[in-house]
Amino acid sequence: MRPKVAFFDFTSCEGCQLDALNLEVGELLGLLGAVDIVNFREIKTDRSDDYDIAFIEGSITKESEIPRIQAIRNQAKVLVALGACACTGGINCMKNAYPMEDLLKGVYGECAEYYNTIPARPISAVVPVDAYIRGCPPTTAEFVKVVKSLLLSKRPDIPNYPVCTECRMAGNVCVFQRGGTCIGPVTRGGCEALCVSAGRFCWGCRGLVDDPNTNSEKDILARYGLTIDQILERFKIYNSYSEVSKCQS
Amino acid sequence: MSELKIKVNQLTRVEGHGNIHLEATDGKLDRVLWEVTESPRFFEWMLKGRNYDDVSTISSRICGICSISHTTASLQATESAFGVKLTEQAWLLRKLLYNAEMLESHVLHVLFLIAPDFLGADSVIPLVATHGDIIVMAVRLKKLAYNLADILAGRKTHPITPIVGGWSKLPDIDELKAIRERLEKAMEDMDTMVAVVKSVAPMIPDFQRPTEYIALKDSKEYSFITGKIASSDGGTFPLEDYKQITNEFCVPHSSAKFAKHKRDSYMVGALSRFNLNSEQLLPKAKKAAKELGIKAPIHNPFFISVAQTVETVHAMEDAINIIDKLLARGLHEEEVKVKPRAGRGVGIVEAPRGILIHDYTYDESGNIVSANCIIPTGQNHLSIQKDFDALAPTILDKPEDEIRHTLEMLVRAYDPCISCSVH
Ligand code: SF4
Ligand code: SF4
Repeated sequence: MRPKVAFFDFTSCEGCQLDALNLEVGELLGLLGAVDIVNFREIKTDRSDDYDIAFIEGSITKESEIPRIQAIRNQAKVLVALGACACTGGINCMKNAYPMEDLLKGVYGECAEYYNTIPARPISAVVPVDAYIRGCPPTTAEFVKVVKSLLLSKRPDIPNYPVCTECRMAGNVCVFQRGGTCIGPVTRGGCEALCVSAGRFCWGCRGLVDDPNTNSEKDILARYGLTIDQILERFKIYNSYSEVSKCQS
Repeated sequence: MSELKIKVNQLTRVEGHGNIHLEATDGKLDRVLWEVTESPRFFEWMLKGRNYDDVSTISSRICGICSISHTTASLQATESAFGVKLTEQAWLLRKLLYNAEMLESHVLHVLFLIAPDFLGADSVIPLVATHGDIIVMAVRLKKLAYNLADILAGRKTHPITPIVGGWSKLPDIDELKAIRERLEKAMEDMDTMVAVVKSVAPMIPDFQRPTEYIALKDSKEYSFITGKIASSDGGTFPLEDYKQITNEFCVPHSSAKFAKHKRDSYMVGALSRFNLNSEQLLPKAKKAAKELGIKAPIHNPFFISVAQTVETVHAMEDAINIIDKLLARGLHEEEVKVKPRAGRGVGIVEAPRGILIHDYTYDESGNIVSANCIIPTGQNHLSIQKDFDALAPTILDKPEDEIRHTLEMLVRAYDPCISCSVH
């Protein structure tokens, strides 16, 4: 039996699910042959509530999303968080810096009462998550890798070393050396330092490495005379949900 | 008494969450409603206090499908606030990247999201078996657009290299040459795409509702990222005065704001651009329009995807022309100089779905004081509603399934980007 697969979106830009299908013709046909996509609102009308693997895009940002994700969790044998919004809360959590009423009044003024919103959180803050596909958006290669492992009931092999390790392998000049700031020292690798290689810096979209505090790359900051506090503003773009204190020693 | 109730929860094959309700008694319409239920994300507040270097990175995340449009509008707002001028090379690259977005978004909409409505399928998946050649071509075209964006911007969804004042990294010249070859070859696919759309055109519902069409207009070219705001009812408006047109307001059944100019609604997007600017289409796109039998002005919203097809040809042709210019002049490293200053800047572009506005006010150190973003679909929500009001009474004698499907098709025709409209 081909596993039945469903895609669900919560609060997000829907970039992850679209990118997930950005496959070569052969890969796409291979995937469609290996699984049975039974639920994918963005591209498909018929839907079924009988599925094995659920890919979840987006964060939880309103009350009604909580029972919805719980119902999906009850049905799915495997629940996969797809993308930064789902894995770490991503940029949606930047709004948590403000009281919710201020946000509603600020954006909707008089009409604020029509809406509701709760502080944004990742999927794992509400239900257990079995696998993570990180990034904003994840690379197609990683999506394919994780799906393959899931189909073989294997644990996907996602790095737990920082972006810096891959950045050096890519032969980049360190952002700090160029006088900029970068979240690479505490961010989980796996993207091959994509943004630094494209001439920019890392925003930390893949979330923290498991133990950013004792991670050896932390001395990069020391080497350039910087503290975590100094990179905190940029750090908060993607990681304001995770305890910032994890990184402060 | 016969009662008809139609409820579509979370309409499929559109970006984001929206519902359709219809109620009628004895063949008379009681109400028909287009309801937007997406969760707001409060981007305007997230941008507050952010440094200009991070601003387009954040605002790109308003939308995964049109992230290049958001990035471009964002950069142009910041550039206008700081008085930064782009070099010719930087402009050419920006326009080239923009064509990649038009190409990808239109192909996705016409061949993946709309096609199943006309070919009697629930999605593109069964079409792999019944219309394999078309689907393989569609995947190929989408991949081409992605690859064009990849070599210019590091990736298609949430581009990395476009920065305030230029580019953090230039594309590789050999990769540009290689992709030019692929674009040239894909011009043949354009003939197929036009033929496919032409073959289903007779099935397009016959519905007319003339309205006001709003798009950017540039005297020099069919405009995607330059020009002034223009209305089919006459007049052009400087970018900074966009509020004269948009006049946003809230309604209880929508988490997206609505917009309204002088008439009861106005339309933005491919059909508006076609209606206002079709004279400026490039030759092959003009030929495609002729082949498809369309001529401005068109007042049937179901023809949006036909206009998108013409624009797909235009974007492909324009991309080839720009690469030729770049190859002729060679690529040169350029230092990007940006000096922040306090003030306001407005950036407006034609996203695939219509005019997209980013309006920022900065303090003197280049941090955002306030931001306002107006989304194409937000402007079209009211047009969808007014189309519903006009269309629904004329189809109430049809079977329930057909009524539902026609209303769904109407919303889909607009290619709405709902989560983007709520942001
Ligand atoms: S993780 Fe990034 S790309 Fe994915 S849905 Fe969230 S904002 Fe969009
Ligand atoms: S370099 Fe950083 S921001 Fe860029 S993709 Fe990798 S983890 Fe994400």
